[in-house]
Amino acid sequence: MSLVGTATIAPSMRPGRLGDSPLRPDGGAKVQGSFAFTSDLNAEGALWGATLRSPHPYARIVAIDVSPAWKIAGVEAIITADDVPGQLLYGLISADQPVFAHDVVRYVGEPVAAVAADHPETCRRALAAIVVTYETLDPLVDAERAVDGSHPAIHPDGNVIRHQRVDCGDPDATGPIVVEGTYEIGMQDQAFLGLEAALALPDHDGGGVEMYVATQWLHEDRKQIAACLDLPEERIRLTLGGVGGAFGAREDISLQVHTCLLALKTGRPVRIHYDRHESFLGHVHRHPATIWMRHHATADGEIVKIESRMVFDGGAYASTSSAVLVNAVTHTQGPYRCANAVVDGWVVRSNNPPCGAMRGFGVVQACFAHESQMDKLAAAAGLDPVEIRLRNAMVTGDRLITGQIVESVAPVARCIRETAALPMPASLDEQGDDLMRMPGGAGRTADVSHIRRGVGWGVAIKNLMYSEAFDDYSTARCRLADGVATLEFATSEVGQGFITIAAQIARTVLGVDDVVLEPISTNVGSAGSTSASRQTWMSGGAVDAVCRKVRDLLFARVAEQWSLDPLRLVIDGNEVVDSLDARRRVTVAEASSGSPIDETMEYRHRPTVPLDERGQGDCHTAFAFVAHRAVVDVDVELGLIKVVQIATAQDVGVALNPLSVLGQIEGGIAQGLGLAVMEEIVVRDGLIRNASFTDYLLPTMLDMPDVIATLIEEPDPQAPMGAKGVGEPPCISVTPAIVAAIRDAIGHDLTRVPVRPFDIVLTK
Amino acid sequence: MIAEHYSLTVNGTSCEVRDAGVGESLLYVLRERLGFTGPKGACEEGECGSCSVTVDGTLVCSCLVLSAASVGREIVTIEGVAAGDGLSDVQTAFVETGAVQCGFCTPGLIMAAHSLLEANPDPTESELREALSGNICRCTGYGRIIEAVQQVAVRRRDSRSGAAT
Repeated sequence: MSLVGTATIAPSMRPGRLGDSPLRPDGGAKVQGSFAFTSDLNAEGALWGATLRSPHPYARIVAIDVSPAWKIAGVEAIITADDVPGQLLYGLISADQPVFAHDVVRYVGEPVAAVAADHPETCRRALAAIVVTYETLDPLVDAERAVDGSHPAIHPDGNVIRHQRVDCGDPDATGPIVVEGTYEIGMQDQAFLGLEAALALPDHDGGGVEMYVATQWLHEDRKQIAACLDLPEERIRLTLGGVGGAFGAREDISLQVHTCLLALKTGRPVRIHYDRHESFLGHVHRHPATIWMRHHATADGEIVKIESRMVFDGGAYASTSSAVLVNAVTHTQGPYRCANAVVDGWVVRSNNPPCGAMRGFGVVQACFAHESQMDKLAAAAGLDPVEIRLRNAMVTGDRLITGQIVESVAPVARCIRETAALPMPASLDEQGDDLMRMPGGAGRTADVSHIRRGVGWGVAIKNLMYSEAFDDYSTARCRLADGVATLEFATSEVGQGFITIAAQIARTVLGVDDVVLEPISTNVGSAGSTSASRQTWMSGGAVDAVCRKVRDLLFARVAEQWSLDPLRLVIDGNEVVDSLDARRRVTVAEASSGSPIDETMEYRHRPTVPLDERGQGDCHTAFAFVAHRAVVDVDVELGLIKVVQIATAQDVGVALNPLSVLGQIEGGIAQGLGLAVMEEIVVRDGLIRNASFTDYLLPTMLDMPDVIATLIEEPDPQAPMGAKGVGEPPCISVTPAIVAAIRDAIGHDLTRVPVRPFDIVLTK
Repeated sequence: MIAEHYSLTVNGTSCEVRDAGVGESLLYVLRERLGFTGPKGACEEGECGSCSVTVDGTLVCSCLVLSAASVGREIVTIEGVAAGDGLSDVQTAFVETGAVQCGFCTPGLIMAAHSLLEANPDPTESELREALSGNICRCTGYGRIIEAVQQVAVRRRDSRSGAAT
């Protein structure tokens, strides 16, 4: 399926089934401004909460004096580590991060205390009045000093979060072509628009709490909150408030425990809303990384061996760092065959801001390195960027450097060929003198005589779902009565459109038009996280499975009435039909009248195993692939960049909702473009220097190029409906494609993202 | 805090603001005191456009406007952009083209799109991009949003030429 330029995919006005692009069920409310985001929620008598944060990257807390804050009228609660009734530490993989720092602060922005008061301004004054006495310590801000052990441990768990090797084949293998490079990836922010927000309502007996929160995974939040509050999980009831984007930044605990604690302490509802500055301090970011790679190849450019050393800076606390590292080292080879590899990966602790999940999760960093290497390899072998990639493209059945066989459909060569077949944009001359299309835009800074055009390529492989023996599952409930299917699941809808897909699945399987979605809450079993491109596969799999079970029970009911084998029955439109006698039919509405059919099911993907010491093992579940071609104009005098066009072909399995897939592709490309040329959290001595939207630059409509996309639809037999996750691949190889295009335009190497004007102008 | 009492005209209705802090922004007062939660706060410094409303017909970031300075002016929020309970043509196009994902930027973008099309009913793509470049969307990559606004421009042009003949 080709989606060229701004070609419209017609929305289906009828209730959409799989393969259609029905309207979002929440679309009307969202365009009217009536959709309730978490920050829109309020409750009678609610207080505002706010958090006091460390100004130091590393310091000992000598004393905390909260008494001056109590003198401010309107202050209702002040809490510190002493007020945490349960576990003092939390964390997604290992509990190593304090709810409030109690002895030491390890990053700028670490929570030290929180207050509840009648007005946000009262909160600000109360925070300013709390006196914390610090004794500053020598911060660890250079990740290499954690690797080489030259800095004392800054945390009881040590400075190395994980060290993972991958050793495959012959370490001495080589070839006539050897190319190497060291690549650097800056710290990127997820920059969702809807800031962190929660509303907590305490139970009257003080022994439980209800909270509306914007999160990626309600049940994991609940588990961690319960441990810190020392309450049974069932006394903590979480409902998803409207979520304004996520991209990985809502996987970790931020304000959840603080909001619940303040509500329980005051006996009143409490709202916490972060502002943009606090959001930069309050959630994890994409890991900055330094990656050295050396590729050995035959004279024909076929990869013989890859060596790599990767150092990821995890910041002060572990979050998901160990899983990010596994993704990075296991994706060293990219979507290419490689028989021999020696990879040494580290993710370490530092007094920099904590890093964790962001769309692409470790693969973004590895991909920038391996794709930069592929271009060097192409140059050394005298091949063009397309040919070198086709020559090495992996196929289904190939063995990865981890020893795992790629069982997923792997249309790598097809992604590359179909991308190459997409039309190129108008040339610089044909484009005319529209200033808005030039690097630098209407600033009139660029001049056509300085502009050079370049073309670059990037191709990626991305694992889908959770890895390394994680018990990854999702739960869904379906109730069918009188032709109406009611679905219940805890799958976080963060904007990606799972609620649209879920209804499409139910309509398709059950032959109904009306699907009701229950609130997304902990009232039903866990759905796992909305991350790792996993929800269409996992929660889609759960909804599909439970709808099929309900359908089987419906068929059994009808078959009994008709005295025939239920295997003869099928759904046709809105009817149950005897496939051997099509005259015999009954509407689903009529067949499901009387007692409702109500079932709940869990879906699990196949088991995976942890990597061993040598990085061997079937650690991943499945893979998706994508190719990107970038066309970029560069003002070589000023270092200004305009990305003109991105062409892409993405392996999607089956497009269950083509409009949603296109939305993921275009949105992912915007984020990959951001990393390539503008987005970076600048950290100096542990301090974020640009924690605002004025200084952290995000792509606007003027920065966004035309996107031409082709969907490669080869159903994956492993996937519940043949459909692969589509969220992450779009943002991965577009970054190296853009950088390759800039290199092509300027004629010299670039080894770092984001590319800055001085990298273009001053680095030769 | 010094308490303030004044009234604002929002979507054609006079709204009493009581006991407001003197420094409260229009965004805060609309959301927290008057219940208009359509305008969103995402940067609080005029960079993202999520809080866009019109004041006397001019598109502004309500996070940068002092609430008390809006007394006597006509404020229109996303809640007042459509006639009656239906959707405006821009709102309809946003839903139909896939311009909405998480939806947090959507109210601001719809205000900006209405404002653009009133000032320039037939924008070129470059003019459209320039006019909406003050509104950040992190989900969509803007492709469907451009599509939605272009669709409205075409439909309005068609209905104008239809009315003329």
